[in-house]
Amino acid sequence: MERRDLLKMIAAATGLAFVGGEAWAAGVKTTSASKALFGAGDIMLLDEIAETILPRTETPGAKDAACGAQMAVMVQDCYDAKQQALFVAGLAALQASCKQQYQRDFLQLTAAERTALLTQLDKDASARNAAIASNDSTNVSNRKGDASIEPHYFTLLKQLSIFVFFTSKVGATEVLRYVAVPGRYDGAMPYKKGDKAWAT
Amino acid sequence: MTTAQNHYDAIVVGSGISGGWAAKELTEKGLKVLLLERGRNIEHIKDYTNAMKEAWDYPHRDRPTEQMKQDYPVLKRDYPLNESTFGMWANEKDSPYTEKKRFDWYRGYHMGGRSLLWGRQSYRFNERDFTANLEEGVAVDWPIRYADLAPWYDYVERFAGISGNRDGLDVLPDGQYLPAFELNIVEKDVAARIKKAFGGSRQLICGRTANITQPKPEQNRVNCQYRAKCWLGCPFGAYFSTQSSTLPVAMKTGNLTVRPFSIVTQVLYDKDKKRARGVEVLDSETNQTVEFTSKIIFLNASAFNSTWILMNSATDVWEGGLGSSSNALGRNVMDHHLGVGAYGEVEGYLDKYHFGRRPTGFYVPRFRNWGGDKRDYLRGFGYQGSASRENWRRDVAELSIGADLKAALTEPGHWTIGMGGFGEMLPHHDNRIFLDPKVKDKWGLPVLAMDVEMKANELRMRKDMMQDAVEFFEAAGVKNVHGYNGDYAPGMGIHEMGTARMGRDPKTSVLNANNQVWDAPNVFVTDGACMTSASCVNPSLTYMALTARAANFAVEALKKGEL
Repeated sequence: MERRDLLKMIAAATGLAFVGGEAWAAGVKTTSASKALFGAGDIMLLDEIAETILPRTETPGAKDAACGAQMAVMVQDCYDAKQQALFVAGLAALQASCKQQYQRDFLQLTAAERTALLTQLDKDASARNAAIASNDSTNVSNRKGDASIEPHYFTLLKQLSIFVFFTSKVGATEVLRYVAVPGRYDGAMPYKKGDKAWAT
Repeated sequence: MTTAQNHYDAIVVGSGISGGWAAKELTEKGLKVLLLERGRNIEHIKDYTNAMKEAWDYPHRDRPTEQMKQDYPVLKRDYPLNESTFGMWANEKDSPYTEKKRFDWYRGYHMGGRSLLWGRQSYRFNERDFTANLEEGVAVDWPIRYADLAPWYDYVERFAGISGNRDGLDVLPDGQYLPAFELNIVEKDVAARIKKAFGGSRQLICGRTANITQPKPEQNRVNCQYRAKCWLGCPFGAYFSTQSSTLPVAMKTGNLTVRPFSIVTQVLYDKDKKRARGVEVLDSETNQTVEFTSKIIFLNASAFNSTWILMNSATDVWEGGLGSSSNALGRNVMDHHLGVGAYGEVEGYLDKYHFGRRPTGFYVPRFRNWGGDKRDYLRGFGYQGSASRENWRRDVAELSIGADLKAALTEPGHWTIGMGGFGEMLPHHDNRIFLDPKVKDKWGLPVLAMDVEMKANELRMRKDMMQDAVEFFEAAGVKNVHGYNGDYAPGMGIHEMGTARMGRDPKTSVLNANNQVWDAPNVFVTDGACMTSASCVNPSLTYMALTARAANFAVEALKKGEL
């Protein structure tokens, strides 16, 4: 299959396409490309958010893969101004929720509190995305350029965490399975539950 | 200006799929050949700098940055803009074009051209592809038939190395193949169900591709290693490209001179002899103009650029350029329209997975307006697709965040299957390209303007392309089938063709049956520009066969003193 069709299918199949991807990039010009959006504190925060979404278990987690720093790079360089604004405002909103519910900063929450908070945000995001999807079921292209369609900020955080984690060397080679040069094809390879997926 | 050093037996303009073939054939037959390439050199293997990289080796994990999108407003419209192939597609700032209607033009301005980046699907046109124009009263008749090209298909397939099955279908003639790649277990089962559901009138077969499944030691090529990174250049030489295949053979003859950074600005025309005498070259680095002379010229600069050269040639004789006396030069732009198909989920097979990454998937040959079928449009379409198990990119709706989500995404998901159509576009006189008098490129040369649109036949066909894909999968028991009919703009198929077509009459075609320009018989055009109709199959294999055939004719004619 041609790559372009594959990409479109992925976009269609994941509901909302990956941020920075083809589906809802609305052609907004970057206005502050040179201005650094994130400092060291933000990267720590992003690391901990990503770690809460994809924690270290028997395999490495988001912090092991330095997800925070990579997320900052992606938002800085690959998001348009509108997406950046949504992301930055989202981080502020997340901290505001923390203060309101726990009277503390996200970094000062326990692991259980972080999980509870982000689980709630994920629910809110799913509800919003479901509402968007019900307006337009299959045709990805119709979403292009529609300014009224703006995903919940947590969708950006979650998808970006997943993207930078599984495209990292740690994620691909130590969490998933990676073979650089397979050398052959087996279209009916035996599989049992628990076997890892291929990274590429 | 012309010196002994500037004279050759033949000049080949462009080093992509057809230019590489022209250089190989002409040098092997003993001609001294100058191969001109407008872009930089790319050396086989050594210059495939990203071939072994993975997502984590790129600063942005292979995604385009906002800066890249600003700099490449056309490339960003589709998949070509990414970090791994950055610099392999033509720079729009240096080489702009204008769009009377949107046209996505993806060009490879470097040694090897798009032979390094192509999709490699390799199918023969069938007998009716060559007769349909005549039978249906569309455009003009091809001046050749399948039988004229069949031995040349054999010839180029054997050399290039096409892997596929001999499926015995009239609609998709068999060729000279290496063993096919393999369908996976789900694709095989879907193929069997399709055969049953449609009584053999529809088929799902293994894609035929220019990737080798057995080594070709005589070409220093190793068989495919299942990395599926072809577009980055293959260090194993496992897919056909100018660099892996035709160029080394041409170099070995000792008859080839290669000149990169050479923009051909016009064919030099001798109006007394009614022959071309050479080409004018603008050195893209020094901005100096050089003339090269030769007995014959092959234009293989890609469809639109070969046409552009003709439009800029012999304008003192014909205002519209060499070949314009036909009123067909720049007309009849065709592409394959795509971005329409279906996908769905296949239940079961959870004890099976796939190992290795194939460079092809499955193919569904055309079935519309074929056999007894009759639709409210002409011609037809094929599909390309594949089945695989989902990876971490899938949406796991039932899981929120944390260890459970991570564990789920670490394992493969369900099997899914999808396919996208490639539809034939009819030639239309008013689908055209022309020189834009107002816009110049970096070198002060006039640029092309695009005025191409989808017509009623294509739009009607697209309805079937989606509905038939849905029906196809549902008949095979695929669940949650979704059809899609996305945004296609002409050019996205990267199969532009038709702007200097072959024909039987100099009044309505630019080229004759041997790809000679009617008005300058020592000029041959054998890239996509020469196509009289498009078929629905990927065209590159046909360009190869036409080029080898025309090169053979040219050398024979030279020997007889007829050029």
